[in-house]
Amino acid sequence: MSDFEPKIVAFCCNWCSYAGADLAGVSRFQYPPNARIVRVMCSGRVEPQFILRAFELGADGVLVAGCHIGDCHYVSGNEKAQKKIEATKDLIDQLGIGSTRLRLEWISASEGSKFAETMKDFIEHLKGLGPNPLREASG
Amino acid sequence: MSEIKKLIDETGAFDCVECGKCTSVCPVAKVDTKFAPRLIVVKALEGVDTNLAQEKEMWSCTTCEICNKMCPYKVDFTGFIQGLRSQAHDAGNLPVLSQAGAVQTMQRIMARGSKQNRLGWLTPDLRVKEKGDVFFFTGCAVQLGTIYYDRAVELRQTPASIVKILNSAGIEPVVSNDEVCCGHDLIWTGEEDLFIKLMDRNVETIKRSGAKTVVFSCPECMRTFEVDYQEFLGDFDFELKHISEYIMELVGEGKMHFNKGDSKVTYHDSCRLGRHLGIYDSPRELLDEIGLELVEMPNSREKSACCGVNAFANCSEISKKLQHDRIVEAIETGAQAMLTFCPKCVVHFNCLLNSPKSMTENEKLKIVVREFGNAIAERLQEGV
Repeated sequence: MSDFEPKIVAFCCNWCSYAGADLAGVSRFQYPPNARIVRVMCSGRVEPQFILRAFELGADGVLVAGCHIGDCHYVSGNEKAQKKIEATKDLIDQLGIGSTRLRLEWISASEGSKFAETMKDFIEHLKGLGPNPLREASG
Repeated sequence: MSEIKKLIDETGAFDCVECGKCTSVCPVAKVDTKFAPRLIVVKALEGVDTNLAQEKEMWSCTTCEICNKMCPYKVDFTGFIQGLRSQAHDAGNLPVLSQAGAVQTMQRIMARGSKQNRLGWLTPDLRVKEKGDVFFFTGCAVQLGTIYYDRAVELRQTPASIVKILNSAGIEPVVSNDEVCCGHDLIWTGEEDLFIKLMDRNVETIKRSGAKTVVFSCPECMRTFEVDYQEFLGDFDFELKHISEYIMELVGEGKMHFNKGDSKVTYHDSCRLGRHLGIYDSPRELLDEIGLELVEMPNSREKSACCGVNAFANCSEISKKLQHDRIVEAIETGAQAMLTFCPKCVVHFNCLLNSPKSMTENEKLKIVVREFGNAIAERLQEGV
């Protein structure tokens, strides 16, 4: 599986993490192009279903990124995200997908390098895990 | 459309005399004046069926089966709705699902057949086997408790409670990691092909375990096995039993003892356990056995009110109204808790109790809605 390139769906919040990704781009930080970024207004908007659906359709990993705790544009959206993601990790673990395929990170608009590092690290981790087990199990 | 004709034949819809009894008892029709079980059937009978698969009305039905019970000509309205939904789904007519459809997606993922990790609740003190006479079908209580962590987290305990109860009577049930969702929500939202995949996998798992009896806690799972599975596969050679019946048998044999409680509770007959399967008495006997005083709500047994949503489809203000009415009924009995076996009822009622402004905070404090299995496990006498 040396040529395995994981597919990642990254949900980034409009106010911090999406801008962080943008900063990574304009600062020319190099990171692998495995992620498809979906901009959401808040990390709290990401429901378990978005994540389940991504895995059902064959994503190897899902990254949810939002503002640091205390910095949320909507005061407490990221705290909600934290609870939801914790529960969803548990759920995908029960479903046999594995909880480490889902990550929640706090990346502010000034942390372009953190965004690039998070991506690199996550991709390395997913390469170690191999493809999403649902991809092989076609039913 | 011959499909509709077949459905009319199978459900006895042709016998409908348009008396309207079904509509008069329908909980949805009470709130939504545009909805009537009678009209859905009559439209099909009159051949106005070409756009039937486009209509949204069938998704409002809570499939609580009270219409079936009241119909003097025994028309199977609920079966009709189930068949209709399957055709509607194929025609691209889809319901609006709660949580954007997370529960259905979870079931579709299970239907893929990858290896699960579903026995995380099994603590070392619980004794289970891989092969044996009694199979305990855990259902999706743990998964539901995970998705609805904010309102029904207690469901995560349910399978462990049931195993604890069975262990106390010296029974080591079989629980399997290969078990998948029974497919209840998929067949009620029209996804029959995936339902069949889940069904085959479950029946295979049970047969492999060599079980003679399958015990259920979840009424929906039991109804799906008893009615839907046997319709596809013919009669099973293993017995299906609800946990309340099974416990009462064990109590009769003197194998189980409970600490007597003294609180007042009320019991909500979930539609699947009550009207669909006809199990009314054993939960009540069980309450008596564990020493909880039962105060009945005005609408109980066959007339039991509905929790408002079926298969997480089309939750709306109608559902909220039905839930509100039921909770008010429960509060008026003066009971401290409303017990029910159905995990979905627990989710739906707690959804109402958790939503701001649905009731006054004072009213909300008067009642808790609890899963029955957990309440029994609490009363278990250890070491007898």
